[in-house]
Amino acid sequence: MIITSGRKVAFSVGVVAALLGSSAIAETIKWGAPRDIVSLDPYSYGDSYTINFLNHIYEGLVRYNRDLEIEPALATEWEIVSPTTWRFKLREGVTFHDGAAFTAEDVLASLERVSDDSSPLKGNLPAYKSATVVDDHTIDIELTGAYPLLLNDLTNIHIFDKDWLVANNAEKPTDVSAGVEGYATFNTNGTGPFKLESRTPEAQTILVNYEGWWDEPAHNLTRIEFQPIASAATRVAALLSGEVDFVDSAPVQDLPRLEAAPNVSVLERTDLRTVMLGFNRRDELVGGGENPMNDLRVRQAMQMAVDMELIHDKVMRGKSRNAGTLVAPSIPGYSEALDTPAEYNPEKAKELLAEAGYPDGFAFDFVCTNESYVNEEQFCQAIASMWSRVGLSPKLDIGPTAKQTPKRANGQADVYTIGWATLPMLDTYSILVQMLHTKEGNSGVFNWGGWSYPELDKLTQSASVELDRDTRLQMETDALEIARNELIMMPLHQQPMAWAISSDIGDMPQFPDNKPRMWYVTK
Amino acid sequence: MLAFLIKRSANAIFVMLSVSFIAFMIFRFVGDPVELMLNEQATQEQRDELRTRLGLDQTFIAQYGTFVVNAAQGDFGISFRNQQDVLAMIAERFPATFELVIVATIISLVVGIPMGVITAIRRQTWYAETMQFTSIIGVSLPSFVVGIGLILIFSVWLGWFPAFGRGDTVQIGWWSTGLLTHSGRMSIILPALSLSLFQITLVMRLVRAEMLEVLRSDFIKFARARGVPARILHFRHALRNCLMPVVTMTAMQIGGLIAFALVTETVFQWPGMGLLFIQAVTFVDVPIMAAYLCIVALIFVLLNTIVDITYAMIDPRLRGAEK
Repeated sequence: MIITSGRKVAFSVGVVAALLGSSAIAETIKWGAPRDIVSLDPYSYGDSYTINFLNHIYEGLVRYNRDLEIEPALATEWEIVSPTTWRFKLREGVTFHDGAAFTAEDVLASLERVSDDSSPLKGNLPAYKSATVVDDHTIDIELTGAYPLLLNDLTNIHIFDKDWLVANNAEKPTDVSAGVEGYATFNTNGTGPFKLESRTPEAQTILVNYEGWWDEPAHNLTRIEFQPIASAATRVAALLSGEVDFVDSAPVQDLPRLEAAPNVSVLERTDLRTVMLGFNRRDELVGGGENPMNDLRVRQAMQMAVDMELIHDKVMRGKSRNAGTLVAPSIPGYSEALDTPAEYNPEKAKELLAEAGYPDGFAFDFVCTNESYVNEEQFCQAIASMWSRVGLSPKLDIGPTAKQTPKRANGQADVYTIGWATLPMLDTYSILVQMLHTKEGNSGVFNWGGWSYPELDKLTQSASVELDRDTRLQMETDALEIARNELIMMPLHQQPMAWAISSDIGDMPQFPDNKPRMWYVTK
Repeated sequence: MLAFLIKRSANAIFVMLSVSFIAFMIFRFVGDPVELMLNEQATQEQRDELRTRLGLDQTFIAQYGTFVVNAAQGDFGISFRNQQDVLAMIAERFPATFELVIVATIISLVVGIPMGVITAIRRQTWYAETMQFTSIIGVSLPSFVVGIGLILIFSVWLGWFPAFGRGDTVQIGWWSTGLLTHSGRMSIILPALSLSLFQITLVMRLVRAEMLEVLRSDFIKFARARGVPARILHFRHALRNCLMPVVTMTAMQIGGLIAFALVTETVFQWPGMGLLFIQAVTFVDVPIMAAYLCIVALIFVLLNTIVDITYAMIDPRLRGAEK
């Protein structure tokens, strides 16, 4: 075939490029988010939303795949050299966005930075003691003790370039108390699939495809425009008018309207977050007087008085999943045998209360927030009225999270709501050590009721150093069983989550941890 | 006059101190920033440590004292959440709020003055009555409802204007302006309209009342007797005499609009100071809240002081009244 005109050549090249789906075609995704990220520095603020967004720019040694299983990322393999030492082989040929090569020095600098005393993310790598560079692509991580969940933690520890940190005087995380800004707050240099083009806080953050990414891209995006739109109604309007292609927080009440719109589709599922109620277990109630909730029968009565089916149908519009245990089905350590929701039996609830010596019920504070969980205000009101029906007198106290959290954390709540998704660890151990364990030392930070079950503590401690996965998960399941039998927490449901996308997006996998991962998205 | 100026300045400083003190009192009841700064994995020890480092464990008076000493030197610290210099953050967002307020003010004058004149000189006609009636609706609708309504009509149904944001901006020195780009001009229309609605009614009613007052005065009667045409009479003679109070009120209202722009900014995701403040409240970002309240108070105090001084210069009797 003899081609005579240059235009024809250009034309056929264009056709071929289009057929091959080459990156010559600009695919922009406009993301309308409920809030802005707080900073470009992943170690600045304990905020998983920000950390996830920055995962498009920065990467960890390991990452979650489409099924939320851990797979190699910047590390290719690892071995446990001794109970407290893990050796990681690092991927070769990885370059940062500024062209610098990725080596073990970078990992060391990043681990030191995230574990610094002034780092708010220190708790994300709790077992870290030190790290030693073996050679350019091998590093040993030394832990404070045997610890099975290091990989889970490392999924969230983003790796910086050491030279870049040093050159910009950012080896240490920004310390708010010092009152001085840090370079990494405004600039980035990662190894991830996208690199930063520009950021205007509260207005727009633009990422573009990084051509030099080490992995084979599953996405075909050339540009991500991330725009926070705080007002839910405005966010939905922007999607309907085509100004954004994707919203990662669609209000439950607007879903029918979004589903009816021709250019929009809704992605729904239940979240990993299990919403539950906690009980005050100190000797006295907040308002004074003896605390009836230390009696298991009272707690059971309170559970039986609540009609979760009704809440599921009416308050959650059929979108939630009622729970019998404290973790969602996909969390390691979950057991189906424990996951039957409690029966609704108001008559028996009254009997139990009478049996425990409270035939006329008792008054207590019930602390909820108006924004932490999906439709929280409504389900709290529903639960309060159900309790009133069996003779209890809950004093419902609803307010913003920032206002309610100190009350709950300081034991100023008799019954309170709390949701737990086990993030970023994705393992039952997280809820055991943080919430169910006795409050002592670094454990039980979220044990807001002041309970203590030595047997559960023992199982948790054994699990924390058990390197055999199956044995460890069995221990965790046993601990969950104690929690269920003793009704330490009263599980309600896994809350629904909804994303909405414009119809010209091809593939958008939705993850139960409610984190959008654009490197899987095609348009 | 000098004594008067000194007195006014001392007054302004006292107001600023009171505002910051009250603001600080309020912060103690907003919540606990530390609970929000650290995530689920943080231990109790780390929480306590951060609290100590931020000085949140000190007494209220000590915290307030530190704040005043630093603020007097123009140092408001860095944000708990964004870790950026607070003053720089507010300065960065001031242009957006200021442009929004100025455009809203222009709209309110351009629409409100003619409406005021018409309702004054064409009393009893059906259209003047309609204007009067709709203006009441304009005042009574909450601004977020107006905002969402405008978005629904002009963005979702008609697709004329963007539903959120500021469009493309141009940097002129430290000032960012959206008025020089097409998308920026399109973006400012809906939020400015929604912010100006209340203001339009205010201007209209003020102009109407002043017009009716002036039209009853002797010099208008004489002019009418001399056979001056009605149009010249209304617009040359009467309206000119009405504009002084309108200008004064508009200047006084600018401070209010800056403060009340925050609802409109939240609805339209307008990246101004109000939006910054609302989000700071959500995250108990004390440095931002403190700085914002002080700056808005300063704007109010400055505007009032300027107005007072101007009046005092015009009318010496007011200086005496201060004693």
